[in-house]
Amino acid sequence: MNSKTYGAVALALVAAGLVALPWIAPYFYIFIATEVLILGLFAASFNLIFGYTGMLSFGHAAFFGAGAYATAMLLLWLEWPLLGCLVVATAAGALLALVIGFFSVRLNEVYFSMLTLAFGMMAYSVVHQWRSVTNGSDGISGFSVLGLGLGIDIPLGDPSVYYHVVLACVALAAAVLYRICRSSFGLMLRAIRQNAERVAFCGLDVRRYRLAAFTVAGAFAGLAGGLIAPFLRIASPEMMHWSMSAEPVLMSILGGTGYFLGPFLGAAVFVLLETWITSITQAWMLVLGIVLALMVMFFRHGVLGALLDRRRESK
Amino acid sequence: MTGIAAALLNSLDIGLLLFIIAVGLNIVFGVLNIINFAHGALYMLGAYLGYSCMNQLGMPFWLALAVAPLAVAALAVLVDRGMLRFIYQREISDSLLLTFALLLVLNEAVRMIWGTGIHVVEPPAPLQGTIVLPGGLNYPRYSLFVIAAGLLALAALWLLFNRTRLGKIMRAASLDRDMAQLLCINTRRVVTCVFAFGAWLAAMGGVVAAPMRAIDPGMGDKIIIESFIVVVIGGLGSFPGALLGAVALGLMHGLGGRFLPDVNLVLPFIGMALVLLLKPHGLMGTGGKA
Repeated sequence: MNSKTYGAVALALVAAGLVALPWIAPYFYIFIATEVLILGLFAASFNLIFGYTGMLSFGHAAFFGAGAYATAMLLLWLEWPLLGCLVVATAAGALLALVIGFFSVRLNEVYFSMLTLAFGMMAYSVVHQWRSVTNGSDGISGFSVLGLGLGIDIPLGDPSVYYHVVLACVALAAAVLYRICRSSFGLMLRAIRQNAERVAFCGLDVRRYRLAAFTVAGAFAGLAGGLIAPFLRIASPEMMHWSMSAEPVLMSILGGTGYFLGPFLGAAVFVLLETWITSITQAWMLVLGIVLALMVMFFRHGVLGALLDRRRESK
Repeated sequence: MTGIAAALLNSLDIGLLLFIIAVGLNIVFGVLNIINFAHGALYMLGAYLGYSCMNQLGMPFWLALAVAPLAVAALAVLVDRGMLRFIYQREISDSLLLTFALLLVLNEAVRMIWGTGIHVVEPPAPLQGTIVLPGGLNYPRYSLFVIAAGLLALAALWLLFNRTRLGKIMRAASLDRDMAQLLCINTRRVVTCVFAFGAWLAAMGGVVAAPMRAIDPGMGDKIIIESFIVVVIGGLGSFPGALLGAVALGLMHGLGGRFLPDVNLVLPFIGMALVLLLKPHGLMGTGGKA
């Protein structure tokens, strides 16, 4: 078998396993898998700007949080069906990314990292202190998900049903994201990552491509946030804090920033690691920081990169 | 009238402290070409170490002011030799990632060692209470001390960079590191020293800030965001820019807190956005071209 059919078979097996998961795995793992899928999409959206376009954002949680708050507010106040909430969550993430991106992509990478962190913290402080709208540090909770919309009537309160909804949404979003990465637009982003000066020299507006990538990434992060709020039954300011922005960074690097599926694999490793470590110690963030530092110093291509490198070497 | 005078003094007080922090960020950026995301965490570490020196080891304030920043600087040397050294030759994003990882580690370490509660430090005896200024304004003595310390730091840093050989070496290394190396400057040592010096400045700011602000695990986040705003407004890598940006942000806090309390929170960000639109490289800056 050549490597292409190899990959296709592996992917089909994983997909089948994911669909069948609620029947074959213990109850607890349904929750783990739901979280992995949502955070995987969040990380993949981040990797569109980091791995593909070469811009390191430390404020990606702002869009995730925007999606979560949009969904929570619509569910609580207007009792919208879930699909409608998700559309608004995606739009909210995109809109916020458009505004923050407009200011952040104007200068070089160092400025970009600094500005995304600063604007992300601004979003966090606003949500944290604007009590009348966002309910401050308590967050928005106490909502219930009544229906999916489009006349589909399924019990969304059941974890395995919600897991399948998440799986469908994430698979669809990942497919769209993959098309974007493989399109000529995606190629342009990779060209910018490799040599922005040269792309500009070819007569292309680098800033506009960067802003477009940032906005698209914000949209998918908003969708991921929209999926997490009904799952955790809360939208809280912590979802917008910079320590939340650190998570997709680490997931992408864990999995491998050079691969489309890297962030998803990274999210799986991350969540399992988190579950395991928080059962031993409170200092999860400390471990997170140490792992991130070690990965950056010695293991820059991630788990997927290391695996593929080994396969290539053995040939 | 005294209200405005107090607000102006407050602005100066906040601004000069911010200047000490932001200038450290700038110096490190100048020579290493990276933004140290852990700069705020080092500031916080300075404040906590100062607290431990004073309230747990019983040191006087002045001794703590000497000891705590040196301890933080020593830590910075270890960080540079043990972590940053490996990635100087790589892409910029790798060094940003490493300082970000350091931020996570330091923040959590502080929570583990000192807990999540708020700690309080008393100013030294001669600086406690208030003093009546000409014009009848009653002002805290310690805030006046912070203003004086800030001005002293400003003068000392200016002399260091413009009038000493050491300052010249640092400037040379930031202008062109390879050329400096060719001119027999040990740039590796310069890089380590500059990183430690930036950390020392941050920790110094932390100890000075400790008696007038609450020491809590969120103080580092607050200050790093504010210093980012300062360097964006002033211009990354510019020494007068850091001063200008710090005073501008101090004024926004001092006057904005008094006259526009509702939008005080986002006012600095609006200021930063305006500067980015009108003068993208900052009021005094030239760096950071895309």
